[in-house]
Amino acid sequence: MRHLLGIEGWRRDELIALLDRALAHLPGGPDASHTLRGRVVANLFFEDSTRTRSSFEVAARGLGADVLNWGLVGSSASKGETLLDTARNIEALGPAVIVIRNRASGAPHLVARHVRCAVVNAGDGAHEHPSQALLDAFTLRRRWGSLDGRTVLIVGDVQHSRVARSNLLCLTALGARVVLCGPPTLIPPGLEEMGGEVTHRLDEVLPQADAVMCLRLQTERMGEAFLPSTREYARLFGLNAARAERMKPEALVLHPGPINRGVELAPGVADGPRSVILEQVANGVAVRRAILEVCAS
Amino acid sequence: MSSVLFRRGRLIDPRHGVDGVHDVLVRDGKVVEVSAQPIAAPAGARVVEAAGQWVVPGFIDLHVHLREPGEEGKETVLTGCRSAVAGGFTAVVAMPNTKIVNDSALVTELVLSRARDANLCHVYPAGAITKGLKGEELAEAGELVSAGCVAITDDGRPVMNAALMRRALQYATLFDVPVMVHEEDLTLSAGGAMHEGATSTRLGLRGIPASAEVAMVARDMILLEETKGRLHVAHVSCEGSVRLIREAKRRGLRVTCEVAPHHFTLDDRAVGHYDTHAKMAPPLRSDRDVLALREALVDGTVDAIATDHAPHGVLDKQVEFEKGINGIVGLETSLALTMSLVHGGLLSPRRAVELLSEGPARVFGLPGGHLAVGAPADITVVSPDEEWTVDVQRFYSRSRNTPFHGRSMKGRVTQTWVSGRCVYEGGQVSPSKESR
Repeated sequence: MRHLLGIEGWRRDELIALLDRALAHLPGGPDASHTLRGRVVANLFFEDSTRTRSSFEVAARGLGADVLNWGLVGSSASKGETLLDTARNIEALGPAVIVIRNRASGAPHLVARHVRCAVVNAGDGAHEHPSQALLDAFTLRRRWGSLDGRTVLIVGDVQHSRVARSNLLCLTALGARVVLCGPPTLIPPGLEEMGGEVTHRLDEVLPQADAVMCLRLQTERMGEAFLPSTREYARLFGLNAARAERMKPEALVLHPGPINRGVELAPGVADGPRSVILEQVANGVAVRRAILEVCAS
Repeated sequence: MSSVLFRRGRLIDPRHGVDGVHDVLVRDGKVVEVSAQPIAAPAGARVVEAAGQWVVPGFIDLHVHLREPGEEGKETVLTGCRSAVAGGFTAVVAMPNTKIVNDSALVTELVLSRARDANLCHVYPAGAITKGLKGEELAEAGELVSAGCVAITDDGRPVMNAALMRRALQYATLFDVPVMVHEEDLTLSAGGAMHEGATSTRLGLRGIPASAEVAMVARDMILLEETKGRLHVAHVSCEGSVRLIREAKRRGLRVTCEVAPHHFTLDDRAVGHYDTHAKMAPPLRSDRDVLALREALVDGTVDAIATDHAPHGVLDKQVEFEKGINGIVGLETSLALTMSLVHGGLLSPRRAVELLSEGPARVFGLPGGHLAVGAPADITVVSPDEEWTVDVQRFYSRSRNTPFHGRSMKGRVTQTWVSGRCVYEGGQVSPSKESR
């Protein structure tokens, strides 16, 4: 049994082993065995997330597990039950793995300290979203073979992005150079200590990138004066057709979804030949199967 | 009352420049004789053999949350006093941000009455600056001071309104009590759960920049200069504040400040993986801030070490980090954490005692803080090299929220004497209902 609370704490060889295992879970792959038959995977989602929850659910069912969905709406959490009480109640139902999504950074760590089953972080606040980073790395590895020596540019609201943090840790562990780019109000301090490089000038670094990952701009941030407007953001940091022209010919475009079309990513680029966005979604199931297997075993 | 002779201890009395082996004779709650030569024990006197130990003015904590009235599940005046004397404190200043705010003589008198019942150490209430700590209208400082308050503070909250702060400084000069401030610009700290830095970034927590404190300290230095008031800055946590206070002192402003042991011991990395026992306001700052605080302890910028003893229950802390309540208990670990700076060669024993006893007494104009003839016999006996391990199960406080559980310490309080009466000895706090 092992928790996946974040990419932090996972070594390169462990990440590679997990990604290699995910290969076997691709459609048409050799592994059709139901390794989690008779076991329960509990989805504990305190935040709206159709994409990630569905992906985990499909992954768990594909492994033969029974899936328990415990959401926010209508659940005891909305009646004021503490996170720990909810987690302990779910634990009493005997799951092999609790998959948790929560708006509070560190919520999975708190749960993991108090339950005996494995805990998988499906996104906690602005902290980490390790399964997303793993599926992004998986997608890039399928294209490139290895990430060694590649440059991945992550653009956008790094401050509030768990996807950015997990990808920074995961991609650098796998040998890539990661450059983070965004307005100064949305770039937190200390990213260099996590292995990243920081710039605020997109057009200067864009030609160096082998892949560009656009982060979703959370429009609710507008009320907090991090940015003047989405319009100005799109002008300075949006990946539009003109900018895509200046990328390396073979460079890829990723996005964790859901996309604000026309803000961080122009429709023509999102749907264009560089885009691997739908591959990311498809690969997500294979990667999450591997995660559930590794954590439950 | 019979007399007590402290024999052959190392007497450290910074106010009078004493540091050396002395005998100290106490009678009727006062120091009656101090001598480098042996003093003959009067008939019937209790003799405390203090060779190898420090005999120092009782520690005074300017910043303690006793939680009564209103949150007696966390602490009461009685349990807080027990915790205090176990930590070598002979006097504590009780913050007014109880559930029922101390903004009236009624609450001040209640705290004082509970303290008399506890009969362990001196308790000096601090009254609120503003009614209900709401930051809107001034509380009746005159009534509070005449009821026994020694300072006014909205601790736990800043006075955001600059005009109100200015008037509080002006008004308090009527009574010559310090205005004690919790410096936090709420617009800069909004939503923050810890210090803004590499650790908050790694953990994905909204940071509280140092400027949230420093900007308010800067504002208040300006107001202080204009009002000629008296300001005490509580729990200074960062380099920028230290620099401003140092400069203001140099210019002769009436400003004093305190630093909490956790702030000079730990930096923001102590949050680890969301340890709510490392969550407090102001937050643990960077390693660079810790060094600046230590330097300020040495050079005299800091007047007092104060614990900001903040008891909370398990349920307040066993939650998501950003929901975790701020604060840790500090009375029973303060001396040992200070001693770690002494053993580390940073603080002289004399300076350490100054920060724990003499300085706090001077800042708030309290009795004690020295051991000359005629001084109150508030005395702490310290075994400077005794090694021990922090065990929250053995705390006298009703709460156990500390990041120091399990930490190895060197330096321990062996006895605490208040007004000539032994209230803590051999690890035991004396029963409280006994008569004086």
